[in-house]
Amino acid sequence: MFAKIMVPVDLAHADRLTRALTVTADMAKQYGAEVIFVGVSTAAPTSVAHTPEEYAEKLKTFAADQGTKGGFTASSDPILSHDPSVDLNKALLKAISDTGAELVIMASHVPGALDYVLGSHGGHLASHAHCSVLLIREG
Amino acid sequence: MADETTNQGIPEPEGHSDVIETEYEIGQDNIETQIGPFGLDIHNPVFLISGVAIVAFVFYTLALPEQASSVFSSMFSYTTKTFDWFFLGASDLVVLFALALIVLPVGSVRLGGAEATPDYSYIGWFAMLFAAGMGIGLMFYGVSEPMSHFSTAFGGTAVGENGIRTDWAPLGGAAGDQEAAIRLGMAATIYHWALHPWAIYAMVALALALFSFNKGLPLTIRSAFYPLLGERVWGWWGHLIDTIAVFATLFGLATSLGFGATQANAGLNELFGIPIGTGTEVILITAITAVALISVLRGLDGGVKILSEINMGLAGLLALFVLITGPTVWLLSFFWDSLLAYAENLIPLSMPFGRDDVNYSQGWTAFYWAWWISWSPFVGMFIARVSRGRTVREFVTCVLIIPSLVCVFWMSIFGGTAIHQVVTDGYTAAQDADLPLQLFKMLDPLPIASLTSFIGIVLVIVFFVTSSDSGSLVIDTITAGGKVDAPVPQRVFWCIFEGAVAIALLVGGGLAALQSMVISTGLVFTIVLLVMCFSIWKGLVSERHSR
Repeated sequence: MFAKIMVPVDLAHADRLTRALTVTADMAKQYGAEVIFVGVSTAAPTSVAHTPEEYAEKLKTFAADQGTKGGFTASSDPILSHDPSVDLNKALLKAISDTGAELVIMASHVPGALDYVLGSHGGHLASHAHCSVLLIREG
Repeated sequence: MADETTNQGIPEPEGHSDVIETEYEIGQDNIETQIGPFGLDIHNPVFLISGVAIVAFVFYTLALPEQASSVFSSMFSYTTKTFDWFFLGASDLVVLFALALIVLPVGSVRLGGAEATPDYSYIGWFAMLFAAGMGIGLMFYGVSEPMSHFSTAFGGTAVGENGIRTDWAPLGGAAGDQEAAIRLGMAATIYHWALHPWAIYAMVALALALFSFNKGLPLTIRSAFYPLLGERVWGWWGHLIDTIAVFATLFGLATSLGFGATQANAGLNELFGIPIGTGTEVILITAITAVALISVLRGLDGGVKILSEINMGLAGLLALFVLITGPTVWLLSFFWDSLLAYAENLIPLSMPFGRDDVNYSQGWTAFYWAWWISWSPFVGMFIARVSRGRTVREFVTCVLIIPSLVCVFWMSIFGGTAIHQVVTDGYTAAQDADLPLQLFKMLDPLPIASLTSFIGIVLVIVFFVTSSDSGSLVIDTITAGGKVDAPVPQRVFWCIFEGAVAIALLVGGGLAALQSMVISTGLVFTIVLLVMCFSIWKGLVSERHSR
């Protein structure tokens, strides 16, 4: 049913992705799908990487680890953004069409009051993406 | 908390560059927390110290306005009188250093590593440079400064009882000689807007870009001090430097917002009869901060960049309109004359010692240098973020020479037209008007004056918005320990805060309060600026040697 699954990850908070990653592995095996891990970073040094190249390298390693652990084909797609705090939604929507993903699996937080004003990334993706979106509450 | 993958060592940036090995992880001192519905990711203690100090300052100004305003005005005159030589001398050094980087071999170092490619086109880059760096100032002083220096130079010199000159003429003035007064007036204006400010911006930007894109340190002011302080830069020294940068940026911005508000108010009064007063200005600042908030929420590409480009387009059209409907041929030769006059007078104007034109060199020049320097962390960080992929030589040439020429052009068109109105047409309305109103009085005798004046007001307001939103981005990055991906509510906080500081200071002591805060924080940051030049040199040399 799904040949390509896209999983947006925030490497700075990889510890908050456990449930989403488990579901990803299950789904990938279930449908024999290829998984693309997408991460958005910026040219300036971040807590994850000092340069965009280092970031790409880390995302690649992360994807390979997940693939080996879960036994599925994994690749990575690092995206460079000028202003990740604001442009994340746009960057992810573009990544969906670029990668041709048929399913997006994404970690999400429990909605709070502020979500009425600023909205959550997962919510935005679910309302605007043309493919299926599965949001996993990480608690 | 950073994930475990961060400890894998630091791979090379694109192509070769000399990354600094440090144990420090970006964001390691940050507090990530949830306050009510707001997720925060702020540097401890820079965010708290600067936030609390600024709140305390605003309360003081509002609670004791009279005492505050007398403190401010004595601070202003003390600093400009005592440290004028320091401002002038330091800025001259920075200009010389910037020019040296263009010709020396270290200019071949590429920002972001030897094979990095630029992120932004030149157009987008320049639009943001200008809108962030000078926007409101160009509107406020475009007519009034050339006019003012021309008038005082024409008036000649006057010596008070104590032997100190009481006139405001630059250098020796040009009493009664109209031709010479025009030339001196233009030279004295351009001196404040060309090489010196852009060299200051360029060096701060270069320090940030070099230490962040090539050396892998966080994008914040303290990183430029690594060659001097080593690992201590992550401790209290660094906190102090970043806090000073936040102060300088905030007060520099608030001053420009104050100028913008008074000018928009004057223009609205002229066009629609809206009353002039602090009340109107407070409403203006509030409304414009609200617009800036929308831009902040739309981010760098969706907000700041689009607004900057719209504004540069509009400003370009206005300049073109004045050029065509004004004395076109005269203005074109006036541009060259002004440039020449600038070149001739540059050295005497930039002398830090032995000046007898005290009112000009202290009241104008020292204030300007403090103002540019206090803006430099903000504009510098902005330029840094969009400069990756260019060589040092290309970068300094583009940030120093081209914007300088554009400023000469702008001043020649706006100031030149107003001066032409006085000397040829005998129309003195612009000369006689208050500073904020002079732009509109100059536009008055030209065709479709009500439309162009309206565009003038729109420009002031939009420049105001772009300064406010890009300033919020920058202060947010500094107070988040160099993180450019901190949660959006923090920017919202700083954006509202800038408006609040501008309002508080306008109510508390008017523009004088703002200006004296600028000059005090500018003084401290001048020291930071000089150290930065030293660090740039060390950084560039190690970059070249490591090849």
